[in-house]
Amino acid sequence: MRERRGIFEHIDWWLVILYLLLVGLGWINIYAAVYDINHSDIVDMHVKYGKQMLWIFAAVFLAMIILLIDGKFFAQFSNLIYGICILLLIMVIFSGKEISGSKSWFQFAGVALQPAEFAKMGTALALAKFLSLTETDIRKRNDLFLAAGIILLPTILVILQHDTGSALVFLSFILVLYRAGLSDKFLIAFVLVPMLAVLSLLINKFIIVGGLFLIAVLVFLYTKRRFLNTLIIAAVFLAATGFVFSVNYGVNHVLEPHQRTRINVLIGKEIDLKGAGYNVNQSLIAIGSGGMWGKGFLQGTQTKYNFVPEQSTDFIFCTVGEEWGFLKGSLVVVGLFVVLLIRIVIVAERQRSRFSRFYGYGVAAIIFFHFFINIGMTLGLLPVIGIPLPFFSYGGSSLWAFTMLLFIFIRQDSYRYELL
Amino acid sequence: MERVYANRKFIVIGVFVIVGLIFILRLFLIQIVADKYVLSANNNVLRYITQYPARGLIFDRNGKLLVYNEAAYDLMVIPSQVKKMDTAELCRLIGIGIADFIQRVQKARSYSPFRPSVFESQISRENYGYLEEKMFRFPGFFVQSRTLRKYTYPVAAHTFGYIGEVSPEIIDQNLYYKSGDYIGISGIEKSYEEVLRGKKGMRIKVVDVLNRDKGSFQNGKYDTIAFAGTDLYSSLDVELQQYGELLMSGKKGSIVAIEPSTGEILAIVSSPAYDPNLLVGRARKTNYVMLSEDTIQVPLFNRALMASYPPGSTFKLVGALVGQQEGVLFPETRYFCGGGFPLGNGKKVACHSHPSPLNLSESIAQSCNTYYCRVFRSIIDKKTFRTTREGFESWRSFVMSMGFGKKLGIDIPGELNGNIPTSGYYDRYHGKNRWTSMAIISLGIGQGEIGIIPIQMANLAALISNRGFYYVPHIIKAIGSKDKPNKDFQVKKVSLIDPKYFDIVIKGMHDVVEGGTARASRIDSITMCGKTGTAQNPHGKNHSIFVAFAPMDNPRIAISVVVENAGFGAAWAAPIASLMIEKYINRKVKRKDLEQSMITGNPSTSAIKVIDQ
Repeated sequence: MRERRGIFEHIDWWLVILYLLLVGLGWINIYAAVYDINHSDIVDMHVKYGKQMLWIFAAVFLAMIILLIDGKFFAQFSNLIYGICILLLIMVIFSGKEISGSKSWFQFAGVALQPAEFAKMGTALALAKFLSLTETDIRKRNDLFLAAGIILLPTILVILQHDTGSALVFLSFILVLYRAGLSDKFLIAFVLVPMLAVLSLLINKFIIVGGLFLIAVLVFLYTKRRFLNTLIIAAVFLAATGFVFSVNYGVNHVLEPHQRTRINVLIGKEIDLKGAGYNVNQSLIAIGSGGMWGKGFLQGTQTKYNFVPEQSTDFIFCTVGEEWGFLKGSLVVVGLFVVLLIRIVIVAERQRSRFSRFYGYGVAAIIFFHFFINIGMTLGLLPVIGIPLPFFSYGGSSLWAFTMLLFIFIRQDSYRYELL
Repeated sequence: MERVYANRKFIVIGVFVIVGLIFILRLFLIQIVADKYVLSANNNVLRYITQYPARGLIFDRNGKLLVYNEAAYDLMVIPSQVKKMDTAELCRLIGIGIADFIQRVQKARSYSPFRPSVFESQISRENYGYLEEKMFRFPGFFVQSRTLRKYTYPVAAHTFGYIGEVSPEIIDQNLYYKSGDYIGISGIEKSYEEVLRGKKGMRIKVVDVLNRDKGSFQNGKYDTIAFAGTDLYSSLDVELQQYGELLMSGKKGSIVAIEPSTGEILAIVSSPAYDPNLLVGRARKTNYVMLSEDTIQVPLFNRALMASYPPGSTFKLVGALVGQQEGVLFPETRYFCGGGFPLGNGKKVACHSHPSPLNLSESIAQSCNTYYCRVFRSIIDKKTFRTTREGFESWRSFVMSMGFGKKLGIDIPGELNGNIPTSGYYDRYHGKNRWTSMAIISLGIGQGEIGIIPIQMANLAALISNRGFYYVPHIIKAIGSKDKPNKDFQVKKVSLIDPKYFDIVIKGMHDVVEGGTARASRIDSITMCGKTGTAQNPHGKNHSIFVAFAPMDNPRIAISVVVENAGFGAAWAAPIASLMIEKYINRKVKRKDLEQSMITGNPSTSAIKVIDQ
């Protein structure tokens, strides 16, 4: 009894309350998004908000169980959990159910589960475990490759399921590596490479190559004329040029036509309000028409009358923007996410266990990436990549996976006193 | 070891905060700064459905319904909602081919897949009956009702005018009209458009992404009700109008009949006419093209308002009045006529044979050309005028005061000014002040540059019968209800001619009918006063003109009749005028032989004995 009380005593209530707020607000907005005056029973299992209500209860139950599990469990079994996730990812490729183009679902007794959602958690655990080993030094090439391997293995398996969106999420682990000591250059490259990619699509590639050459010459002039420096500059220049050409080739010859159109719409090369641009345009209309104070609960016309596609899942933020407006909706939800992310980082930093800290960074990285891509997409700032808004979007797999992800961290945090 | 990198948490937190701020900024821009999204949102879900009010009805002076509305039905299509169905059945019902069907759906789709387009306009009531029963079998199609103008009597088409879809130019200028609205394009429909149209209503409906009706917007808080158009009470006597059109059948010309005491138009005929029902509904376009391309008959041309003729001898009445007013002509003034008025260059204005010399009233009865040439000279060359110009300007102002040379301002669009030449015109023609009364002598007998439109001639008859005043002729006597008179036409217009000079002219006009040029058109039971005229027509046979009013002492009708290419005024115009007067006053015509010969006769080959001018 004493021990159990201790567990709940050391729980970080900030995180729990932020979690409950986001899940609760999410449910209210799912309710509004699919609300139909003829079916307003909130536990009706035939409608999404009824199902989501059930899944929220299940998620809370799951969270409680996680809080009761021994603190050493996750660190000890992280590789096993990772292994199971990888196994599931492989299995789903062969025996999964295909839903809207992605073969990434298991069907269990009427509930569709998506292993990729749980694989993020598994990878976060395994990566934290690897980085927490005393002999690991991420600055060493071998260790970096090993860490990259841990990340890339599930990434490739998810790509094989044609679920590019979820695969991209694994890129977010670079934040964990960064915290573990990865060189700044990688992070800078991580920002610069996408910028170069966008530029190479927008501007004539020869002009870019010319620009790159100019920069290379300037760098050459302002660095010490050593042979090694010159070699590095030349190599970087050649790599960048190769990158520019391969981006062009990739977009124009490798990507599927609908993906190419999405990219072109995003970077403003195509205006296609009926096709690929439709979703984003309708999303902007819904959010934009919410104004300062919103149209009021259940008063959203764009979301309610199905102008916005995928409104209860990927575009759930539209309902927030339209019905609750800028002050009561947008600021609150964006604010809650930012506060949650900061809180996770703060809590991670106070961990004595390296495993807990790196896992915390993994949690923050995954939630941040989802938040960044999802809201960026609804605001027309990023391409339409179908990944859910954590805790908010409709869907059991996603809710449970994020709940487990967060509560394992909360459990690790509450366990820190037991480590004394 | 990673403690070394503890400061990196600030970078990580910084990234979170920056992304959060970018989102907030973006949200601020689209939710608060930009307003286009609100508009787009409204375009998405709100459908503004215009409620078209019924257009005002038009009655005749005796309360007979002339113009009314009939429901018509447009078959509409929303292409995105069209599903598999028995296309052949629908094609059969509205009588089109499959290829046509596909083409129309494609056309509608190219306009908008989600919004309704007209698929087939103005389906007859009968077809609508069949269609309505089977509508449920044609998803994506629905029927929208509209009203069409209908005319009880197939007469007065020029006067009623017609309605049609509003043009883009008008939509730009006038905020009331939206594309697809109907507007009066000519006639009363045009001049009383704002009264007749009523006020459109607007119902705001909410629709979902598939354009399905989701009920009214905010419980109809912003809906507006349509108000029906106002009814008009016309001064037209539809029986007289019908009779006039019957008399004019097969002829070119016009009849205008006015009630002198009010200026109300009793009948206004322009021949050739057409059935106003031709310019209604789906057949309007083809019929309009047919009528407008008829360059021989020119049926769309409203001669009563738009044809300008030299008034010929009817203008002698004006000469008689102005001469007296100027003090150069008296009842017993006599001029000798030796078969014409010598112009001094060997030529002369010819006159027909009649006793000579004649006094004023006799000159009217016999329509002596010489007499009025001399009257005209005496006016222009009056001793008190220092120049011809001064005399001419004085004459002109008297003439203008009788309603000539400018628009009367009647309430049917298209009226011409007519033409009373200015001294400036003669300056340009002859050189400044280098013209004399002799140069413009033909004005004295209503020939030359002068142009008068039929309604002005009728107005002259009304003015004379009133002894010096008139009310602007108008077709609408009351608006809204019979006892709400049309306020625009209540002002008495007084001419510059003293009322005392009219009696002798009226006596002359009486003599025209009793024993003068138009004695063949005398009506036993009615004392009619009139004046014949013949408008010289350089293009063919002269135009036959007659102006008249009756009864002499208590005038109830003033009339002008023009029959083109029909020769002397007495030949066709006078008998037709007399029949109209008999019809109006007695409600029955006894002179069936004359009536018959007028209806069936052809002026261009007429064998009727012409008495004289």
